[in-house]
Amino acid sequence: MSPSTQTRSTCPYCGVGCGVVIEAQAGQIIGVRGDPDHPANFGRLCTKGSTLHLTATAEVTRQTRLLQPMQRAARGAAPQPLGWNAALDGAAERFARVIAEHGPDAVGFYLSGQLLTEDYYVFNKLAKGLIGTNNLDTNSRLCMSSAVAGYKQTLGADAPPACYDDLQHAGCLFIVGSNTAWAHPILFRRIEDAKRANPALQIVVVDPRRTDTCEIADLHLALQPGTDVMLFHGMLHLMLREGWTQPGYIAAHTSGFDALAALVRDCTPEAVAQVCGITQNALARATRLFATSPATLSLYCMGMNQSTSGTAKNAALINLHLATAQIGRAGAGPFSLTGQPNAMGGREVGGLSNLLPAHRDMANATHRAEVAAFWGVESIPALPGKSAIEMFQAAADGEIRALWIACTNPAQSMPDQATVRRALERAEFVVVQEAFAGTATCAFADLLLPATTWGEKEGTVTNSERRISRVRAAVPPSGEARHDWTIAADFARRLAGRLGRGAALFPYRTPESVWNEHRETTRGRDLDITGMDYAMLEAAPQQWPLPAGATQGKPRLYEDGRFATADGRARFAAAPYQPVAEPRDGRYPFSLNTGRLRDQWHGMSRTGTLGRLFGHVPEPTVQMHAQDMARQHLAEGDLVYLTSRRGSIVVPVAASPDLGASQAFIAMHWGPEYLGGRSSTGTALAGVNALTTPAHCPVSKQPELKHTAVKILKAELPWSLLAMAWLPEDQALRVRAQLRALADALPFVSCVPFGGTGRTGVLLRAAGHEAPDSSLLAQIEQLLGLSGSDTLRYADPRRGQRRAVRLQREGAAAHVVGVLLAGDTRAEAWIRALLQDQLPAQDFGRQLLSFQAKAPAGVQSRGKVVCSCFGVSESAIRDRLSQCSGSGEQRLAALQGALQCGTNCGSCVPELKRMVRATEALA
Amino acid sequence: MKKMKLVMVGNGMAGVRTLEELLKIAPGLYDITVFGAEPHPNYNRIMLSPVLAGEQTLDEIVLNPWNWYRDNGITLHAGKKVVSVDRRQRTVRAEDGTEAAYDRLLLATGSNPFMLPLPGADLQGVVAYRDIADTQAMIEAAMTYRHAVVIGGGLLGLEAANGLKLRGMEVSVVHHGDWLMERQLDSTAGALLRGALEQRGLHFLLNAHTAEMLGNDQGRVCAVRFQDGREVPADLVVMAVGIRPNIALAQQMRLHCEHAIVVNDTMQTVTDARIYAVGECAQHRGVAYGLVAPLFEQGKVAANHLAQHGIGRYQGSQTSTKLKVTGLDLFSAGDFKGGEGTEEIVMSDPFSGVYKKLVLQGDKLVGACLYGDTVDGNWYFELLREGRDVGALRNQLMFGEPTA
Repeated sequence: MSPSTQTRSTCPYCGVGCGVVIEAQAGQIIGVRGDPDHPANFGRLCTKGSTLHLTATAEVTRQTRLLQPMQRAARGAAPQPLGWNAALDGAAERFARVIAEHGPDAVGFYLSGQLLTEDYYVFNKLAKGLIGTNNLDTNSRLCMSSAVAGYKQTLGADAPPACYDDLQHAGCLFIVGSNTAWAHPILFRRIEDAKRANPALQIVVVDPRRTDTCEIADLHLALQPGTDVMLFHGMLHLMLREGWTQPGYIAAHTSGFDALAALVRDCTPEAVAQVCGITQNALARATRLFATSPATLSLYCMGMNQSTSGTAKNAALINLHLATAQIGRAGAGPFSLTGQPNAMGGREVGGLSNLLPAHRDMANATHRAEVAAFWGVESIPALPGKSAIEMFQAAADGEIRALWIACTNPAQSMPDQATVRRALERAEFVVVQEAFAGTATCAFADLLLPATTWGEKEGTVTNSERRISRVRAAVPPSGEARHDWTIAADFARRLAGRLGRGAALFPYRTPESVWNEHRETTRGRDLDITGMDYAMLEAAPQQWPLPAGATQGKPRLYEDGRFATADGRARFAAAPYQPVAEPRDGRYPFSLNTGRLRDQWHGMSRTGTLGRLFGHVPEPTVQMHAQDMARQHLAEGDLVYLTSRRGSIVVPVAASPDLGASQAFIAMHWGPEYLGGRSSTGTALAGVNALTTPAHCPVSKQPELKHTAVKILKAELPWSLLAMAWLPEDQALRVRAQLRALADALPFVSCVPFGGTGRTGVLLRAAGHEAPDSSLLAQIEQLLGLSGSDTLRYADPRRGQRRAVRLQREGAAAHVVGVLLAGDTRAEAWIRALLQDQLPAQDFGRQLLSFQAKAPAGVQSRGKVVCSCFGVSESAIRDRLSQCSGSGEQRLAALQGALQCGTNCGSCVPELKRMVRATEALA
Repeated sequence: MKKMKLVMVGNGMAGVRTLEELLKIAPGLYDITVFGAEPHPNYNRIMLSPVLAGEQTLDEIVLNPWNWYRDNGITLHAGKKVVSVDRRQRTVRAEDGTEAAYDRLLLATGSNPFMLPLPGADLQGVVAYRDIADTQAMIEAAMTYRHAVVIGGGLLGLEAANGLKLRGMEVSVVHHGDWLMERQLDSTAGALLRGALEQRGLHFLLNAHTAEMLGNDQGRVCAVRFQDGREVPADLVVMAVGIRPNIALAQQMRLHCEHAIVVNDTMQTVTDARIYAVGECAQHRGVAYGLVAPLFEQGKVAANHLAQHGIGRYQGSQTSTKLKVTGLDLFSAGDFKGGEGTEEIVMSDPFSGVYKKLVLQGDKLVGACLYGDTVDGNWYFELLREGRDVGALRNQLMFGEPTA
């Protein structure tokens, strides 16, 4: 056995940018741990990060990765493999033809905040430099563009002025529109540390939902969706009234305050309370904390950004920091938390349709000329390209004819899927450059190019606090996969020839050579990194700016009160409050919010490969207030039609105490890869984003994914199906995809993996008006290993009733390893526990086939898994807690001592605390 | 007043049950004479299998001992086979010349085993499995010989095979069908049954067509040869390929017969109202039953009519079968095969070796086939016979009678 290697790299999930150490052996990743020296995490990892190595096993790779270039002869046909040369030549040929016939703006590139800075840079140069189109946008548009616009509008540059270390210096944390506990778990660990170290630290959480982040809050403002601007203006109104602003700072370092002060005059506490749905008391308390704390640090994320008022929300919050001088000091400032691992890096190289390298603006002729000169091209087109929403609209309208999509999954993540699908179908040529073969977008590709991914890639990423870290390869590329920047450069060189230009624009041989060119573009800019090089980054991650001559970056910006504007003054933005684009009304009476789950990431192409990451939230549901459910005569688990003006999906409903009345929530992850079905007109249901609106912020162009008006009606689909089985590791994921596709003809289907340590199962749930052909059920049984002679069966085809229960015998004991319940599935309540928890089943015999919803004596479900790291279930925690005594903290400690839950990554600690509080102390 | 004379031909279960019913409701109405071909009083033919298997003795399966006939004033001619009936004179005559006159004649001649007309069928050691004599022949053969071949994988054949195996023989069952007991079981249950019997040491040759029986120098069978040329050694061959209603006498009497003696709803032959027929020899509404429960129902009707009550009518029976192989529970009833217009509910549990099929027509249970667990057989049979609406019970049906 060859010795194992240790490679330091960066986690590919959220924007916290944690350092990881990858252990590999014989070309295979075998372990991962937090890098103790990385300043983002100091060795900690969350549920997702700590299981990264399990998403890169040989079994997962074989089943889920795109391993060779493939092309489709026709849409809908099975893709056929081809060689890299043929693939790239063909792509260049098609792009060249489209450009020749329809001009450079007939092509578009849609990239990802998960690409590395080097990848981004090459693509950006390819589009804006070589082809001469600004039609290059990324999924950062759905994520950070409002934060970008907000910063630029007020502070003058797209630069988060604070750093993680500020958490330790803050007197007040103002967390807005961010479920940090789930979306940025390691940062939340630091918040917990800060609170522990300084119990006087006051934490305010502003969120329509009572998320796990609220667990640590001293004050939670459950405002009505989309009313943040009104809240911030109201806070400023109060600050002015109470004399909490800092006129000296305002006078010395800002401009435009008078207009803002006039604007907020009408935002009285009464008006704010009414619009935002909070009490005046709460408003007053939040305002006082914000304004009077020694240092107030705002942390904010998608709740602010994914809005038609996204820029206004960001700016209105920054207004508060400027008005109270809560900026430019340790522990103070508006700190936008980046969603993706490298949305920051993408912005640095100008990877949006309105940006140019090194935070240059496309609208600025000087900037365009600088970039053109630097690249050695004649000019950069002046008009901004299409932003994400516009790009797909243009493709749907036939204006954009060739699309290149890399490292992102628009057929899952973009709002208004009907338009996105029309775009992908109408485009003449769609290239999808991907690491994973099963994304929804892959189904629309004419050409599929296999890309390397985490563990295989080399380059850099920038995290939320402007810190650039190295991403390093621990193992060689899987199959024929190539690095994203290599693919872009190889394609660019081929295209250059066909466009009659030299290939000299793309001379890169290594990611470092790309990075060095990028670095040069930053000289003299706000993000100047000319003092850095790869060697320096090898030693340790560095924050920008770090100009030539500097030895370290700046942890925080604007300490001198000089901002990145022409006159050095920050600008107050005076945008009035605007309601959401689609207020709820009589026909669509619910506000649908979307967001993250704790253990999942984006479209789940990576996290979805691990059954255990489904332990916390196993299946898609839409959450509602229990009283709203009662009013609609909905019971837990009932299927509902969730319908917006754009589309409809079918999904089970679940009551949630986290939501206010008339609000609903569904996780953003549930795309068509996991949640599907078919409408009565035969259209495939496209997951959560079939509903969401393309309405977007006029400035940032970021769509309002956080608010859609929907109606929720009970779906009468009396025939239901539950099929689940433990499967061999090297088959489970493929079977899941096959099952998902197989059941797609039914009105409702969801298909997810489940599992624990080292085991994977697949769960298929479906429903319909009537039983499908029995051959479909036979196929499902076959895929789940329920066709053998070790399976108990029951079938009443006329009534659509069918059951199969596979038992595995070990001596006298027997365990349920696979189950299919069709027709009446109420027995799921206990049979599922038998299977998932591997409870002894030898005594049940044919009761396993019965219809009863109540478990025979002896079956008790463990409930959902709260701690993913140690697989500790809700019921185990409850049982244990009933024996613990003392204060809340003592009981938590006793619980953790006994069960280990929450002692590894800590992501479940907020939930544990909630459970501790909910359980009466013995003492 | 002089009593009427009732003569019964056949001393089997259906006939004697008719007499019992008659004696119950009209004692002393008739002078009764019974002719039986076997030299035994009435015994439970169904229990021959346990006798063969050594689980019961012959004495134990006698239903009506000699003194029962005496006590009830019945003249019994056991071992006397009736060879002719003069319907004009209304007399019956046995092989040995014994004669009896009748006012009413009850034919209960049962059925004969069907012997395949194959070369070698007349060899020594080739037997049917029908009566005490056959059973004794098999028991004796088992004491002397090693190899037995049972032709026919139906109910009777399997019981014979099981009995012979228990008596120490190497037994092969030859069956022309794809699975065992295809008249009572579907392929799944048939396969389960085969597996269970194989575990008991039986051998099976399915889809096998017997060509001939080969004999040795002594004129005893020594092997069975199949159409594909295969041969298996056989010192005893039991033919259990079916039964044929015994209608030779009736035909000779010129009673209207189809495949059995045609009777009406009062069990009177359609040809001669003085003559009744019950049991396996009778054909009622096109059906000749081979199972005991319908025969008893027929007996009850015939007795009612003979007693001159005249109110009983037989309207056909639902039938059920059980396999009498200890440890193997099998039950089928009604139209368990299903077909046009019927719906099936099927359940199987390979771990307990249980298979169940219920056949429904609309909301009524019309058939059941149970393998491995027949506890609910009687409940199903009751639902089936009574034609009860089981719509509301449907999802429960397979899991047994609801408790309270």
